[in-house]
Amino acid sequence: MTVQPASTEIASRTAAIIQEMRGLEGPLLPILHGIQEEFGHVPQDSLPVIAEALNISRAEVHGVVSFYHDYRRHPAGRHVLKLCQAESCQSMGSDAVAAKIKQLLGIGFHETTRDGSVTLEPVYCLGLCACSPAAMLDGEVIGRLDDEKIEEIVTEVRS
Amino acid sequence: MNIKADFPSLVEEIDYGTPQSKAEKQVTLTVDGRSITVPEGTSIMRAAMEGGVEIPKLCATDMLDSFGSCRICLVEIEGRGGTPASCTTPVGEGMVVRTQSERLDAIRRGVMELYVSDHPTGWNEKAGTGASEFDAVAKSVGLTENRYGIEGRNHVKQENGVAPGHGSLAVDYIARDESNPYFTYDPAQCIVCSRCVRACEEVQGTFALTIEGRGFESRVSAGMHEAFIDSECVSCGACVQACPTDALREKSVLAKGLPERSAVTTCAYCGVGCSFKAEVKGDEVIRMMPYKEGKANHGHSCVKGRFAYSYATHKDRILSPMIREKVTDPWREVTWEEAIAHTAKEFRRIQYQYGRTAIGGITSSRCTNEETYLVQKMVRQGFRNNNVDTCARVCHSPTGYGLGQTYGTSAGTQDFDSVDYTDVAVIIGANPASAHPVFASRLKKRLRQGAKLIVLDPRRTEMVKSAHIEADYHLPLKPGTNVAVLTALAHVIVTEGLFNEAFIRERCDWAEFQDWASFVALPENSPETVGKLSGVDPELIRGAARLYATGGNGAIYYGLGVTEHSQGSTTVMAIANLAMATGNIGRPGVGVNPLRGQNNVQGSCDMGSFPHELPGYRHISGEAVRDIYETLWGVKLDDEPGLRIPNMLDAAVDGTFKGIYIQGEDILQSDPDTKHVAAGLAAMECVVVHDLFLNETANYAHVFLPGSTFLEKDGTFTNAERRINMVRKVLEPKARYADWEATQELARAIGLDWNYQHPSQIMDEIANTTPSFAGVSFELLDRVGSVQWPCNEKAPLGTPIMHVDGFVRGKGKFIRTEYVATDERTGPRFPLLLTTGRILSQYNVGAQTRRTDNIVWHAEDRLEIHPHDAENRGLRDGDWVRLTSRSGETTLRALITDRVSPGVVYTTFHHPDTQANVITTDFSDWATNCPEYKVTAVQVGASNGPSEWQRDYDEQARNSRRIAKLEAAE
Repeated sequence: MTVQPASTEIASRTAAIIQEMRGLEGPLLPILHGIQEEFGHVPQDSLPVIAEALNISRAEVHGVVSFYHDYRRHPAGRHVLKLCQAESCQSMGSDAVAAKIKQLLGIGFHETTRDGSVTLEPVYCLGLCACSPAAMLDGEVIGRLDDEKIEEIVTEVRS
Repeated sequence: MNIKADFPSLVEEIDYGTPQSKAEKQVTLTVDGRSITVPEGTSIMRAAMEGGVEIPKLCATDMLDSFGSCRICLVEIEGRGGTPASCTTPVGEGMVVRTQSERLDAIRRGVMELYVSDHPTGWNEKAGTGASEFDAVAKSVGLTENRYGIEGRNHVKQENGVAPGHGSLAVDYIARDESNPYFTYDPAQCIVCSRCVRACEEVQGTFALTIEGRGFESRVSAGMHEAFIDSECVSCGACVQACPTDALREKSVLAKGLPERSAVTTCAYCGVGCSFKAEVKGDEVIRMMPYKEGKANHGHSCVKGRFAYSYATHKDRILSPMIREKVTDPWREVTWEEAIAHTAKEFRRIQYQYGRTAIGGITSSRCTNEETYLVQKMVRQGFRNNNVDTCARVCHSPTGYGLGQTYGTSAGTQDFDSVDYTDVAVIIGANPASAHPVFASRLKKRLRQGAKLIVLDPRRTEMVKSAHIEADYHLPLKPGTNVAVLTALAHVIVTEGLFNEAFIRERCDWAEFQDWASFVALPENSPETVGKLSGVDPELIRGAARLYATGGNGAIYYGLGVTEHSQGSTTVMAIANLAMATGNIGRPGVGVNPLRGQNNVQGSCDMGSFPHELPGYRHISGEAVRDIYETLWGVKLDDEPGLRIPNMLDAAVDGTFKGIYIQGEDILQSDPDTKHVAAGLAAMECVVVHDLFLNETANYAHVFLPGSTFLEKDGTFTNAERRINMVRKVLEPKARYADWEATQELARAIGLDWNYQHPSQIMDEIANTTPSFAGVSFELLDRVGSVQWPCNEKAPLGTPIMHVDGFVRGKGKFIRTEYVATDERTGPRFPLLLTTGRILSQYNVGAQTRRTDNIVWHAEDRLEIHPHDAENRGLRDGDWVRLTSRSGETTLRALITDRVSPGVVYTTFHHPDTQANVITTDFSDWATNCPEYKVTAVQVGASNGPSEWQRDYDEQARNSRRIAKLEAAE
């Protein structure tokens, strides 16, 4: 189980990240990336701190965070596996790949295994159409998924 | 085509879809064969509407910039491909536009069909009012089918023929948000047009709303997916007004149905004077809708004016006159005839017994100009003395005096539209975001466009920093040091040569300027010296002075934080000096602008409510002026000024003042040093209170006359920009008489021959006798909406900006402003300074707003205290604390915040049980007796509960409000 940091701790760590990036032009997205890197997700308690610091409303921060699927609202598993579900991969059997991985991991999209080892997410095009069906594990792309590669991935994330 | 629902007696406003273009160049185009000429930059949508061709639309409204998201307003333009949106496409010379064709009809129907497939109207049900813009557009585009099904993801699914609301929940269904007391948010009805979000941003400037998520999941969200009541929402109503569906709708409309008739009237809360359509069904106000033609508010509103009107029908309203022998007796309900006759008899007896000057009257800043005029007329003509005063005594009397002395008029110099041209705004001792919210929205808009802001306030108010605005300079001065800091600003302007010599030489007396300049240049007025006593960093003073003097159009807006001081009048003069020295007078975007607290405080001052002035600020000692009224009224007027409110109370304690008629003011709660006011009232033999409620003053009254609300009478209010606005009757007076009629009955009973049939006749009398109102009549106001005085032969349509070619008094007068510290000082026993203010949802002493659902935002007054001061005293947030001054003590709960500086505490005075004015002293402005509410030395300590005074007071109040049960008729 992931231990959530206390809200005062979130506030101070958030403030430190903001301090670092507030000078950038259009600092909101970089700050949110920084926060996601720090906490593994964007904690709700960070939002008012960002709003106050950038002198915008809480609503505006929420609007941005909720618009981008990449900003997660809850901590992810130790590994994040993204399966491409866009046109090219679909035509090369990504549906079957997804079904198989879901079955092996016992979770659906947007879910995390109970042991916290992996989070499974759909993604719409990794720019790897020539190597469809494609996936991304912890930021590394993997092309031409087949049963062997799927087994490999599952073993890795389970270890 | 007409897509507005048809309600014949409702005042309808045209929605042009996009804002007006201010360009001078004209462009001519053809729309559906009609030739239309409009300013360059106008949208095709607006141009078409101006030419009488209405293009259907959903995401466009003329309060907001165009957005182009709904794809309903598409048109065809000859020579261009496709079907551009008419809201985002500007007109071009010679353009030929078609708004109707088979292709356009098909596109619009197709788009509408998609909307409807994910909207409760898909069930052919009236989920809301059934008469929203959305419903009207669906009808107007000829939508007849829905091929996509009705199982929208974000609302209740229909199952087995079960109607929406009773079916199972769809995946993205979000329940209605009923948390705001005044309106509902139903996500199922939302079409994500963003009008509410944009209204909150562009018009209100709060940014409380957003669109969360994306795709099918996009939804309007308050704050971070919070309930409206918990979010940053200030309940101004702009989103509800903007919503084209019933997603955001007034609860009153959903409960009681749409209004049937309406009249344009003026809000009775603050001095902004917003115009509203009071919309009525039967004999009940259904809602107050901001009126776009209103020149003060241009269609915007705040939570008070828009929603807080239910006090008008609150059960506490007293509808029958009442009298009693002693204030310890219970009240006895009587007829109007008996109450009036009794009052007249008592006043005559008192005058016979104690002398002509033993009675007086207080006019109300809440009542109309006409009513105020009548009260002072009754005092002067009927009581035959000048013992008349008004609540402006305790707020803006120093404005009248200070601006009168320096410029020659006792009023603000600008209209509110002037703020659109301001480059540097200076706010001194005012918090418009709370007390003048609609003006604050306009100012914030200008700030977002790049204007600079300087704030002088002991507290870090919302104007100092809130979403998208931040003061360039905040001078957190110690309460009571206004004059020193303003003079220090002048010191910088003079010593650094930043003054406008050409302006001063032309408009002012150069010798007087030189005298003043040599005074402000003295080292004791330097920022470095003043910084020490005011607690403001000298560099902030220097920076602010340079910005104001050199930043372009500089406009000063100030409030009661300026006037309610022992040097209130001096501070007003210091402000006037700054504006003259920098040439910031006499054109759009500049000026000196008092933010008036009450709806008609400007008017009540104009109408001769002060003991030394006849209407139009003409001194009572002037023979020519007295002549006018002596001839008209057929009496000899006293040429000596009468008693001011505090003098009346002193005289009452001394036994020489015995009777008073108080119209619409609660002096016991609103005037300083409550104990002294109570003693004065208790010493009188006939206190007549004319009010909506048994207010605190009525605890000491012998006669109570029920008042009428602004909804129940005709008349005029004059707002802070000198604008005379119409007040129109939409309901019959609940207590039989409008206030002017009640005063007239009383005047007749004391022997005056008054016979006004309508308030317009009173205005005619005012116009005939007062040069600055000479051109004003109800007929003119009906025709042009409103005018700003002076309105006369020289300015038949009024005067938006004053002192354009020269000061009213001739040459502008520079006056030395020596700082004299108030006698109210901190010391070991009272180490903290208390200052007072207001919050958004409550108004003044709260008599009205406390009797509405606005109490959900502010159920009690709290004492703001800095964390350091709280820690020294062992106080935690929410603790009961005892607040003690040299005058008295009270208790309330603490709110720990760094909005206030260390050494300063702050509270509001909206609730009578707080009794903040038990604490305030009887120090007052040297020139006008305006009480020093804003500075009181206090001590704060832990407490267990209400003070002895609060308990005694509470008991006395409860006893004195008893009304005897009527005995059953035999």
